[in-house]
Amino acid sequence: MGISVKNVTKAFGSFVALRDVSLDVPEGELVALLGPSGSGKTSLLRIIAGLDPADAGQILFGGEDATRRDVRARRVGFVFQHYALFRHMTVFENVAFGLRVRARSARVAEEEIRRRVNDLLRLVQLDWLGDRFPSQLSGGQRQRVALARALAVEPKVLLLDEPFGSLDAKVRQELRRWLRRLHDEIHMTGVFVTHDQEEALEVADRVVVMNHGRIEQVGTPEQVFEHPETPFVMNFLGNVNIFHGRVESGKAHLGPISVDYPEHPDAESRPAAGYTRPHEVDLARDESAGGGLWATVRGLNAAGAIVKLELESPQGVIQVEMARDRYEGLQPQLGEQLYVRPQKVRVFVSD
Amino acid sequence: MQTASQLAREARAVRPVTEPPIVRAALTLLAIAFLAFFLMVPLAAVFAQALEKGIGAYLAAIREPDAWAAMRLTLLTAAIAVPVNVVFGLVAAWTIAKFEFRGKNLLATLIDLPFAVSPVIAGVVFVLLFGRRGFLGPWLMAHDVKIIFAVPGVVLATLFVTFPFVARELIPLMQASGTDDEEAARSLGASGWQIFSRVTLPAAKWGLLYGVILCNARAMGEFGAVSVVSGHIRGLTNTLPLHVEILYNEYNFQAAFAVASLLSFLAFGTLIAKGWIEWRSRTPESARHEMR
Repeated sequence: MGISVKNVTKAFGSFVALRDVSLDVPEGELVALLGPSGSGKTSLLRIIAGLDPADAGQILFGGEDATRRDVRARRVGFVFQHYALFRHMTVFENVAFGLRVRARSARVAEEEIRRRVNDLLRLVQLDWLGDRFPSQLSGGQRQRVALARALAVEPKVLLLDEPFGSLDAKVRQELRRWLRRLHDEIHMTGVFVTHDQEEALEVADRVVVMNHGRIEQVGTPEQVFEHPETPFVMNFLGNVNIFHGRVESGKAHLGPISVDYPEHPDAESRPAAGYTRPHEVDLARDESAGGGLWATVRGLNAAGAIVKLELESPQGVIQVEMARDRYEGLQPQLGEQLYVRPQKVRVFVSD
Repeated sequence: MQTASQLAREARAVRPVTEPPIVRAALTLLAIAFLAFFLMVPLAAVFAQALEKGIGAYLAAIREPDAWAAMRLTLLTAAIAVPVNVVFGLVAAWTIAKFEFRGKNLLATLIDLPFAVSPVIAGVVFVLLFGRRGFLGPWLMAHDVKIIFAVPGVVLATLFVTFPFVARELIPLMQASGTDDEEAARSLGASGWQIFSRVTLPAAKWGLLYGVILCNARAMGEFGAVSVVSGHIRGLTNTLPLHVEILYNEYNFQAAFAVASLLSFLAFGTLIAKGWIEWRSRTPESARHEMR
């Protein structure tokens, strides 16, 4: 079931968490709400779930207005950041909870409950842990129980609040790949909140980048990473090198670098900044290519498939990432002067 | 080859961080001596005095009708005070821990009032309210309702002094568990009552029982507030503590201590139950599960 958020605003006292936010989540997609803390992503998720009311605006589920519908009637599966498993119940009973609390008329027989819970535990690969208590499980296992519990009520929408936030790096990697596979299997509309750009880019079909209660950009992982629409998105989705300068007459002059900028054809000069990612920078021993600047190698980290360099230039520190074979071909040395040439510069005019 | 300083450093590292044995022994002895002097000796004295004239006299003092009446009234008072406080405590703790509202701090402070006020003052307040010349006295007289110097007064005074016990145990517990569990239950379709009975209450179970035990102990042992409102009518408005006092004032020491020993038994029961609950609640559900 698709979700539409229409002009939603939410404030907590004087703190405005969401300012006139609109968003469409198409049926069957897995969408990431990505942003720093305080950007409003969790508030938006809770409003979609019906756990908090919006101050203004509408929430539509499958085209139907659900703004005033209670969380019980919204048929959403909500997975909490800290799992919120019921400590006094076994894993089995946790998953069965949603089936047991149903109104008498909708309640299913005990056998059916057993069958469904066991199916779900198999789905999350924990069928051998049914009679354990949450305190006996690892973080990753608890998270999967929470997911099975949310799926037990056959929700139309799955909502996850920082699903991997409190797990260690390795488990996190495994779980997010697993979540992606699970989503490909069950194809349920899903929204998850994260502050980890890597997680959002890896797991989601579509990424919603949020900042200060507003949506900065919505797009596929590739779109938001390769074609950021705002400096914030550019900055938040990865490391950047920034060159400050001005734009005028269709050109951007950023210190020693000049690039075309047809979006600003006026003769009037405006302050601007050029952003380039560390892997989009070329290094050479001569300046025959042009359009770059000289810088000194100050730091070098060759541990890993990608080699990271830090160079010092009159424009400030420049970070460079290059593939291993390129590094072995060039063999840069600490203290050496190299010619730095950004291959791709995204220019944003300052307001 | 190791140098002397290295060896010394290692020796220091191995030595456990603790006090010398003599200090530890002295501290332990001091604690035991303190307990013995202030708890064991008086307790032994109670039983020694109670059995001074033999087991027959002891049983006679306990079987005496006024003592029985006091026992019944004490149990009746506790039987009313404890359930009422359980309900009040749950409602108050639930409201304070799970909701945000204006005046929350005031409510939390008011719950502590009986702890802050001397029980005698609580008793006097009830006399001023319901007594013959009290605020509501004339109205009560006109309708032939007796509260002061009657059983309702005793129950009311006990309720007043015991009402923080359950709430105070539950509030921190419920606050610490937050609202995530309740929200999870709600999103899974549970109704308000189902959330309370299946999620909130089981999570607070041990704290609630602990509060009940403390509340019960105080309800049975309360002296000050009850003393003011009871009127000390033998066989009618005397609770066990009041009965002990009367016997004692009549120089009937043996009987006084015999009845006091009954209260001691109640105290033992309370302590054992408290210990058991502390053990149960400290051992996680899972560990017990494995023990089975």
